[in-house]
Amino acid sequence: MSRIQESVIIRTIVRIMVPFIELFALYVIMHGASGPGGGFQGGVIFGAAIILYTMIYGIAEGKKKMSDSLDRILASTGLTIYAATGLICIVCGGMFLQYRAVPLLPDPAEVSKYLIDLVEIGIGITVLAVMISLFFDVSPPESEPEEAEE
Amino acid sequence: MSGIIDVVYAEYNYWIYVTLMMIGFYAMIAKKNLIKKIIGANIFQTAIFLFYISLADITGGTAPILVGEHGAEHAEHAADVIYTNPVPHCLILTAIVVAVSTTAVALALIIRIYNEYGSIEEDVILAARRELQPEFSEHARQKGVAEVGEQ
Amino acid sequence: MKTLALFVVVITGAMLIYAGHDLPAFGDINSPSYQAPMTQYFINNSLEESGVTNIVTALLASYRGYDTLGETAVIFTAGMAVMLLLRRRER
Repeated sequence: MSRIQESVIIRTIVRIMVPFIELFALYVIMHGASGPGGGFQGGVIFGAAIILYTMIYGIAEGKKKMSDSLDRILASTGLTIYAATGLICIVCGGMFLQYRAVPLLPDPAEVSKYLIDLVEIGIGITVLAVMISLFFDVSPPESEPEEAEE
Repeated sequence: MSGIIDVVYAEYNYWIYVTLMMIGFYAMIAKKNLIKKIIGANIFQTAIFLFYISLADITGGTAPILVGEHGAEHAEHAADVIYTNPVPHCLILTAIVVAVSTTAVALALIIRIYNEYGSIEEDVILAARRELQPEFSEHARQKGVAEVGEQ
Repeated sequence: MKTLALFVVVITGAMLIYAGHDLPAFGDINSPSYQAPMTQYFINNSLEESGVTNIVTALLASYRGYDTLGETAVIFTAGMAVMLLLRRRER
């Protein structure tokens, strides 16, 4: 427990800031199609929010938010969402990741837009889980965490 | 003289990227500390990112996001807008992710090396490896045989 | 050793600067990479073909979707590799 972690100001500010950082991360992921942003950027921001929380409140508290098993499940879920999107396109008669082939909406460009959003969500889930897992991996077991490596 | 300055100014992005890249290159080949080598590799990668992004820039161009909520409705307006080149941006987004992954794995390997040898200095690690594995290299093997002979 | 490294670095840097003189100037709209048919095609057609206004996202997720799938697999593999390297002793 270092002096920074005991500071009331920092603990309170972090507790207030973390939800807003997570909200901003979701905004960045969902606006990947129409503005600056995307799955990678938003995933890293979301991971940074959890890492910030863990740096101040300690590894044990951080693992309550994001346990190791949840981490592993999320990392593989994101990749599966992406690959499944590609396979759906094959099932609907197109090529792998040919979004226009899916007959959900009359306008193929619209379908493509929503499937790109889905793919970005998959990327974001994988990236946030991997970032948090990297942080937990390099931090020592029960002392205070090292600095983030990302 | 002003001709030279004009040439350098028109291509100053290349001077910056070469300078950064050479700083990283020097750190990679001259430093013995493994962490410093990784930092050098990261500076090298950053120089390449900068090079590509500067190639994509167009004077007076805007970010490669189509102007207007639905760009097709503003087609006549959108024709006037100059967009910067989107292809290098996309390539570098890929490269940044790969850089993060390689850095993470490299740092994890360095942590394992530190746990194993108690040092991240190249010289110390190589010396320790020669003691553990005499067949590590031909030179080391001969040295090991000589040491055993002395004992 | 350090002198040799410095020598190599300076020589390589001089060669790169020399090669850089043939590259287009900074911000040049006539640079070959911008005037290439492929770049112009992406700028003009990405909205109709993929439905997103961000051209970089259209490139990343639609035209180069297979590459991005591999990229996600790369970052997933990196996470798993670090996990295997550092958590083995705990079990």
